[in-house]
Amino acid sequence: MTGYLKDVFTNTGNISLFTGRFFKAVFKQPFELKEFAKQCYLLGYKALPLVGITGFIMGLVLTLQSRPTLVTFGAEAWLPGMVALSLIKEVAPIITALICAGKISSGIGAELGSMKVTEQIDAMEVSAINPFKYLVVTRILATTLMVPLLVVFADCIGVFGGYVGMNIHSDINVFRYLNKILESLTFLDIMPATIKTIFFGFFIGMIGCYKGFTAANGTESVGKAANSAVVAASLTIFIIDMMAVQLTDILFKP
Amino acid sequence: MILQELKISDTPTNQFVIDINGLWKLFGKDNEVLKGVTLQVKTGENLVMLGKSGSGKSITIKCLVGLLLADKGSLKVFDTDITQLDYTQLNKIRLRIGFLFQNSALYDSMTVRQNLEFPLKRHSKKLTDTEVNSAVSEALDSVGLLEAIDKMPSELSGGMRKRVGLARTLILKPEIILYDEPTTGLDPITSREISELILSIQQKNKTTSIIITHDMACAKLTGDRIVMLRDGVIYLEGTYAELEQNKDEWVRSFFE
Ligand SMILES: Nc1ncnc2c1ncn2[C@@H]1O[C@H](COP(=O)(O)OP(=O)(O)OP(=O)(O)O)[C@@H](O)[C@H]1O
Ligand SMILES: [Mg+2]
Repeated sequence: MTGYLKDVFTNTGNISLFTGRFFKAVFKQPFELKEFAKQCYLLGYKALPLVGITGFIMGLVLTLQSRPTLVTFGAEAWLPGMVALSLIKEVAPIITALICAGKISSGIGAELGSMKVTEQIDAMEVSAINPFKYLVVTRILATTLMVPLLVVFADCIGVFGGYVGMNIHSDINVFRYLNKILESLTFLDIMPATIKTIFFGFFIGMIGCYKGFTAANGTESVGKAANSAVVAASLTIFIIDMMAVQLTDILFKP
Repeated sequence: MILQELKISDTPTNQFVIDINGLWKLFGKDNEVLKGVTLQVKTGENLVMLGKSGSGKSITIKCLVGLLLADKGSLKVFDTDITQLDYTQLNKIRLRIGFLFQNSALYDSMTVRQNLEFPLKRHSKKLTDTEVNSAVSEALDSVGLLEAIDKMPSELSGGMRKRVGLARTLILKPEIILYDEPTTGLDPITSREISELILSIQQKNKTTSIIITHDMACAKLTGDRIVMLRDGVIYLEGTYAELEQNKDEWVRSFFE
């Protein structure tokens, strides 16, 4: 138990140092714009289908499952708004972030881990290219940008899924459906949810890079890096989510 | 001030391009790998380093380029102690040193061409595309692998990877090249080709090299001088012919 606690503390300390190193490096020339753009494309492209499918299913399922309750209370008209709210505020961000933790964070962990083990990172270092800037900074910036965009994408597909769900039981016009959603959404619903996804993205990249970049020697550490990246990133996502929700609750109490 | 030092070092006052003095390196608390390695390499010299597996040969040259931090001792390259430099200054020195990794360390996600372009494009921004292309073809041609230019590293054999690694090292025209087991795991014919290549690089580009090897044929062909690492220090040094005559049991076991 004490060993486990010690692990947690050293890990947290090291990740903080790693984060500090990131902020030191991020504003310094040269900016690796090409690699950043490539990473954005690759990360987005990799996660897009999965995020789309889960987003659609979430919208559909939430609609179908909430419906009976609302019908009992005669509040069926609220269905689109309610589904959209839970999607945008919680379900889409957290599901998308978890998918990205599984797909992107572990991918980065494995990629950088194997580069470390096969001395590719050392090779960059000796040819006077800063591997931290080239590999780590670009990837963290890319996830920080792409995860929020993926969440927005999941929101949209989820809303569409909800529309399909509505149409199983009743005929509703797309415009009326969207109108109802827009009526029930406020700025305060969207803003905090979006801000927290930026943090999700940052930590998904940060943890993947940290685990990969600091992998030990030997091939088995590549698998370890990928695996522990998923675990740590998922846990971090839930912790950030909890803090974000409590913070918004305190700040914007009705 | 340090910049001035770097300038001066362009024309070495010292005849030693590499001057390692009392290098100590330990891992953990009690694993002392290097215990005061001292060795010098003259301008234009090929120095072969022999030693048992795990004796710390790779560690020595990794300290020399700052990949590992030395625990004690001075490491002078071009008359500049690299342990005293900051990151930017160190990178300036690194640009003049080529490093061939024991396992080639090719970038897996890039083609052979991109592997070679990568350091070149970053450090010589003024080069046009045609100049980059011709430099890449020239370097690949010199290792006899022009036909592999658009392959991925995963499609290459171990020997081919070694040669691509060598081409990537050569492309920046380094003044010093550190070879970590350039011929290990290759057949005798390819080994000989690589050894001859190392020799011709020395003669053509006037490079100074440290060559780590277990391959005595390579040591004989390429080495102007041989040092033997044992128990964390340089145990013996001499030419191939001298060491071949040595009566010491441990030394004999290398030459038999
Ligand atoms: N990162 C590390 N952490 C701990 N110990 C290490 C590390 N790297 C090397 N060592 C130790 O240093 C010793 C020397 O390693 P080195 O790679 O220099 O051997 P070598 O002489 O190059 O051997 P080989 O001929 O097999 O390549 C090894 O015994 C190893 O235990
Ligand atoms: Mg070695």
